[in-house]
Amino acid sequence: MPSNETLRALHHQMVRIRVFEETLQKIYFEGKTPAFDIAAGPVPGEMHLAAGQEPVAAGVCAHLRPTDAVTATHRPHHVALAHGMDMQRLAAEIFGKETGLGHGKGGHMHLFDPATNFGCSGIIAEGMPTAVGHALAFKKLGRDDIAVSFFGEGAANQGAFHESLNLAALWKLGVVFVCEDNAWAISVPKDKATAIANNSDRASAYGMPGVLIPDNDPVAVYEAAGEAVARARRGGGPSLIEIKTDRLLGHFEGDPQLYRTKAEMETVTQRDAIRRFERQLIESGAMTQPDLDQVWEAARAEVAEAVEFARSSPYPAPEAALLHVFA
Amino acid sequence: MAVETRRLLTTSKAISEAIAQEMERDPRVFVMGEDVGVYGGIFGATEGLLAKFGPERIMDTPISETAFIGTAIGAAISGMRPIAELMFVDFFGVCMDQIYNHMAKIHYESGGNVTVPMVLTTAIGGGYGDAAQHSQTLYGLFAHLPGMKIVVPSTPYDAKGLMISAIRDDNPVVYFFHKGIMGLGWMTPNPRATGEVPEEPYTVPIGKADVKRAGGDVTIVTVSLMVHRALDAAEDLATEGIEAEVLDLRSLVPLDREAIVESVRKTHRLLVVDEDYGSFGMSGEVITTAIEGAFDHLDAPPARLAYPDVPVPYSRPMEQFCLPDREKIAAAARQLVKG
Ligand SMILES: Cc1ncc(C[n+]2csc(CCOP(=O)(O)OP(=O)(O)O)c2C)c(N)n1
Repeated sequence: MPSNETLRALHHQMVRIRVFEETLQKIYFEGKTPAFDIAAGPVPGEMHLAAGQEPVAAGVCAHLRPTDAVTATHRPHHVALAHGMDMQRLAAEIFGKETGLGHGKGGHMHLFDPATNFGCSGIIAEGMPTAVGHALAFKKLGRDDIAVSFFGEGAANQGAFHESLNLAALWKLGVVFVCEDNAWAISVPKDKATAIANNSDRASAYGMPGVLIPDNDPVAVYEAAGEAVARARRGGGPSLIEIKTDRLLGHFEGDPQLYRTKAEMETVTQRDAIRRFERQLIESGAMTQPDLDQVWEAARAEVAEAVEFARSSPYPAPEAALLHVFA
Repeated sequence: MAVETRRLLTTSKAISEAIAQEMERDPRVFVMGEDVGVYGGIFGATEGLLAKFGPERIMDTPISETAFIGTAIGAAISGMRPIAELMFVDFFGVCMDQIYNHMAKIHYESGGNVTVPMVLTTAIGGGYGDAAQHSQTLYGLFAHLPGMKIVVPSTPYDAKGLMISAIRDDNPVVYFFHKGIMGLGWMTPNPRATGEVPEEPYTVPIGKADVKRAGGDVTIVTVSLMVHRALDAAEDLATEGIEAEVLDLRSLVPLDREAIVESVRKTHRLLVVDEDYGSFGMSGEVITTAIEGAFDHLDAPPARLAYPDVPVPYSRPMEQFCLPDREKIAAAARQLVKG
């Protein structure tokens, strides 16, 4: 069992992610009511939130340094925050502001942060090859940094998944592949898209260890990731971790989710990993209720400050659109 | 007194109706794609089809575009008439080999002995903050590659007729629908995304342009959502005494070159409006066509208003700066006419 300090750190990370996502959800609908118009409001475009998937980001990224590379997906905020991305610059990018990570060019699916070696892609599975490349560079440069690639279970049916696993194993690169199985790829359930139950089973086909975390438990993720990260760092090659996690919200905001049953949505809401973890923390004496409350309060303050920074920042000049095509 | 009733449909309904009618007529037609079943297609192009035809003919696929588009190709060669949906055209990168090295080339490579009768549908266009990987228009890139017909409707009427033509065509047809013409409840309302659509099946010929507004002072050639923007601009220009002719190409391959030349010979001025990137694309092709066929009739150098050669920026002020719109079109046309 990790130390109480680690448990508290995991909890804190998950809570700030949850508050960030829930706050964004509210902001996203500003200017979009009564008639929903995806183009309107301070945050236009698609918005994929990761509420429910916090244990994955917190448990894995707890083992990383800012120089480790992380690639994520169209649903990137939880991973970005857990890997240490500046929340204010993240929020500003989501608001399309000049002070954002990409000066408003990228938006929420295209976050790039040299300070934490973070990148993501809105094209399914296409962050995976880049992670392999980061690890290749670290090997060539003689660094013991590693690369972590986060992807959804839907991505595991893309060629890029299979090609990346093989290449990383063949060249014995320091990559940890993290599959966030939230059971849904937009409206298509896992069992209607993948012929086998667990993507962790696919790891052996590429000659790497595969671990299955069946219950979205942050401690189990933390422990499995600790091993995988250590293996990668000491030159032991890649591994794959699959976590059965939960998508508490729609695929994107505004998704009516008609394809999901009420019962399933209630089940995932009830087994909310943060609430469950908090019960465990109290039972084990690692934290008290007032401790927990304080974490939520601090997270709300941190997120409010980031949102205020984003709102009060200026928009980029329209003609700045023409900059940055080439270095 | 007879009451005239008009049957109004959104473009997305017009497309799904066309597919449904062809599926009823021809058991070989079936649909494959991500979220085409219960969800009805992210942009509504397959809405209601699962309930009508069941999962054997409306097939949700894994996120495996190379595999399911390639599967459509194989099925087409072996006697089916598949419709495959690539959710956003921006995703072509993961499956382009199947599209341009196989779908588009097999007929030619076989010396005409093998046909690939299939439709590849895909969504194009931006303007709603979806950024660099979900907002591109890109039909020019496909039109550049020989062997596939390219259809880009702008209205519900054309959308239905062109879909039926595409399904009945013995060639691969790539059918691009702009998100802004679909009439979706969650996009910025566009009154022209709803229009009169006859209930019975009908075809609109692939390769035939359509004059959406007649005028004698300047020809505006465009496709898809930009047809609507050009019509708006034409209204503004009319109040200043400038009559713009709006020519909707409807198809890029085959391209109705005669229609372009004919219109330019009449108006003596040409503006091409394109939401696709400016360089090496539709605008250059249309202007070349006009120069080749109507050089002596031109009173001013042809002009184009296209997307600048930059990836689509996320932030609204930058995205709006890049997109052609009503005002920019009117200004460009005015400049051509008044010098
Ligand atoms: C190549 C490609 N195909 C399709 C899409 C559209 N799309 C966006 S998210 C998504 C579902 C992804 O599911 P999964 O990988 O499980 O991640 P999740 O959304 O559940 O986090 C799809 C099909 C895309 N972005 N890229």
